[in-house]
Order: sequence, then structure tokens, then C-alpha cells
Amino acid sequence: MAPVAGGGYFCKEGETVKPVAFEYCRPETIAEAAGVLAQFREEAAVLAGGMTLGPMLNLRITRPRVVIDVTRIRGLDSIDVRGGTVATGATLVQADALESYVLRREVPLLALALPWVGHFQTRNRGTLGGSVAHADPSAEIPLCLVVTDGAVVLRSKRRERRVPAREFFLGALTTARRPDELLVAIEWRRAAPDAGYAFEEIAQRHGDFAIAAAACQVRLDGDGRIAVLALGLGGAEDHPVAVETKAFVGRVADEGTAAALAEHAVQSVVAMEDHVADAEFRLALSRELIRRVLPRAVADARLRKERLQ
Amino acid sequence: MSMLRLAADARHRVELSVNGTARSGLAEPRMLLCDFLRHELQTYGVHVGCEHGVCGACTVLVEGRAMRSCTQYAVQADGMHITTVEGLAEPGTLNALQQAFTRHHALQCGFCTPGILLSATHFLKERPRPQEAEVRDMLSGHICRCTGYAAIVAAILDAASVMNHGAG
Repeated sequence: MAPVAGGGYFCKEGETVKPVAFEYCRPETIAEAAGVLAQFREEAAVLAGGMTLGPMLNLRITRPRVVIDVTRIRGLDSIDVRGGTVATGATLVQADALESYVLRREVPLLALALPWVGHFQTRNRGTLGGSVAHADPSAEIPLCLVVTDGAVVLRSKRRERRVPAREFFLGALTTARRPDELLVAIEWRRAAPDAGYAFEEIAQRHGDFAIAAAACQVRLDGDGRIAVLALGLGGAEDHPVAVETKAFVGRVADEGTAAALAEHAVQSVVAMEDHVADAEFRLALSRELIRRVLPRAVADARLRKERLQ
Repeated sequence: MSMLRLAADARHRVELSVNGTARSGLAEPRMLLCDFLRHELQTYGVHVGCEHGVCGACTVLVEGRAMRSCTQYAVQADGMHITTVEGLAEPGTLNALQQAFTRHHALQCGFCTPGILLSATHFLKERPRPQEAEVRDMLSGHICRCTGYAAIVAAILDAASVMNHGAG
């Protein structure tokens, strides 16, 4: 089948399918990428693994003039431990993050969540930065970043800035990234050695977008009471939310506390509705997931504490 | 600096390796890798299903890793090594994995099969002795509407065992 010159590549001339025609840029440095972004701004789309942008392009949900392929920028897939943080480069592939001993040790919550991110075949291509930059309301990696209070590093032609994750995710597919900024890294806080973690989600098919997801981080004091607690929900609102948990510090981490925490959490969110699930169902699932993740995170914390002694 | 910029409305030379052979063809920047492999390079074993990364039919190996070829673009694959189902065995023969699929009737219409074979190829390299649950987890990235998956799981587990015992 001969391609048609100048037109669609296998359809008849005049018919169009698949993405709109776009210019393709493949920068080799962050500066080059930032330069193209500065020039085209909203009309440019940054492409890494393409696990979100690819479908959006193919379905013409997005119609960029320029696609900037950042996958060949050298060093953008690094894992760097610096002081109290671990910085993961924007193009670090999810499968490589899952295999990383450093990340398993320093960011245990991410290691628990990654098997829920897409499928084997999409984790082989999808990146941490892509997931964070696209900000799907039910995406696992943004939820982990919010719960562990990490940050996002953005670079424009003029400057670099850090935005705390809890201020970065503004809504569905909407972030604090400015049109001329490139997400270059994600900063994770290194886990305390005695911190326990749990991650759970419910989806129609394993690997599909979560209808509801919950992530929990907990540290216990000498009496086994809650000393530090972070809880986050994905899929409930249009962005990952960190639940206010101060009232639960000092409480015994038992079933009653888990039930109270679940009740408190679902009352603090305004659940979204879509074709998959209504608000009531999302809240029911969230309640159940919180009842599961708190005891699991507590058990994990106890185990880690024992190992330290 | 030598940033590559390819105009939207022109076709560009893409050179890559497919099943160990150097190949080249022309692609607009928006041309999907799967369409390039089929229509420019005639590797029709690459099946195109949903075209948005859900069904897994177009799965190929890029640098040895199983991934969708519908959510990446031909120009991105320039210089890469690609394996399609045509590269799994010599023409007219089947490798141990393909033989296991035959034994277990792990395909009916065969549309999803090339993608699943390539996923399983990469998967078994990483996990030569997989648990059934791991196989099912890997298969969650593919949609098969004929078999109900049980025969595919059995075939992959059987292939692993055959490959581990040096037969096939």
C-alpha cells in the first residue's frame, strides 16, 4: 500500500485519522527543550513515554503544533540521593523505578504503588515525570507524592523553581506548571527508617485508572500510638488530596481509629462523579480502602521498628 | 547544539533495526510506530487494535522491552532495535513459547496473539520461573476476547517450564 504524499499516510487523500500533524523536536539538553517551550508555550506538548499523551494525541483530545520528545535528554532519568531527599529525573521509566533498590529503600510508598500503575507493558515505557505532569485525578504516583509531601522541580528558560506537591495538583489534568516550564525532576522525602506504608486501590481491571485509591504513611511512638500520620485519597476529588490527620496523633492505632479516620476523611472530601462511579460509590470505596491501609501501614511500621531494635 | 526538528507536513527518513535487519522507511512525525511497521516495513504481525494503549495488540519489543507501538511515533524509534512476532522464530518454525500456545489452544482468532507472545517473551526473560498470579498480572495489559485467558496462562507457564528444562 503506497503512502499518499503530503496527506494522511494510509487513508485516501483528504481524509484524516489519528493525531493532527505536528512538528517533532528532539532536544538533547534541558536548555534546548526549555527554549522550544518558551517559543511555543501552550501550543507545545512535552512527550516522554507517551502513555497519557499518546492516547490524547491519537484521540485528538490535544492538538499541539509542536511535540517535544524529552526521552533522549541525557541524564534526565537519574536517581539522586541528596541530603533528606531523593530526586528522580522526569524521564525515569516506571519499570526502572520499580527495580531500583535505592527507591525501594528510600521511598517505600512508591515501590508499593508502582505495581498498580498501568500494566507491565505500559510501565516499560511510562515515566514518573509524565504521570506527575499529566495529573490524572486517580493516578498513583501523584498520590504518593502528595502523601509523602514531596515536590516538583520545574525549569523554564529563565529559572528553576520547586513547587510542593500539595500545591502542584490543581485539578483534573491541571497543574501549577506554567506553559513555558518543563518538569525536570520529582523530589521525594527520604522515608524515616521506622515509617510504615500502605497503598491500595480499586479499579475495574487491574492497571486501569483507579476508581478510588488510598495511601498511608504512619510512625508510632514508644507506646504504639500514632506519632505521625499522613493519608491521601486518589480518585475521590479531581486531584489527589492529603487528608488533615492532626486529630489522630496520639491515638491508639486500632480498628476503631481506622473507622473514625475513614469517616473523618470521607466527610472532608467532595467526591467527583463520572461515567464510572458516582460520588456516593467513590466515598464508599474510599472508606473501605482507608480501613485497610491504616492497619497495614501500622503493621509495616511495627515491623520496621522491631527490625531497628 | 544539534536539536533534531522535523517539519509536520513532510515525511522523514527513519532508520531502525527490525528483527535483526537494518530497515528504513519514511514517516510524518505523527505516524504511529505500529502503522510504520505495518505500512512502511510490511511487518503485518504488528496488529493494531484500540490505538490508544489499552488493548495490547500492537505490543512489540523496543530495545528488548515489551511496549505498545500505538502510543509512540515512528520518528521516536529512529536508531532503535525492534522485535516483532516475525522475529521470534525462523520462518516456518515456532519457538518454545509459540509451541506451547499451540499445545494449549491459547489462541482462537489470533488477533491478540502476537502482542501477547512479545510481552511473554520479555516477561519470561525477567521472570524465568513465574507464579501464575504474576503471569495473570502481566496479561492484564492485553485484551483477548476469545480464550478467557486460562489457556494463555497455561501456555506461558508450560513454556517457562519447557525453557527451564532445556527442551523445545
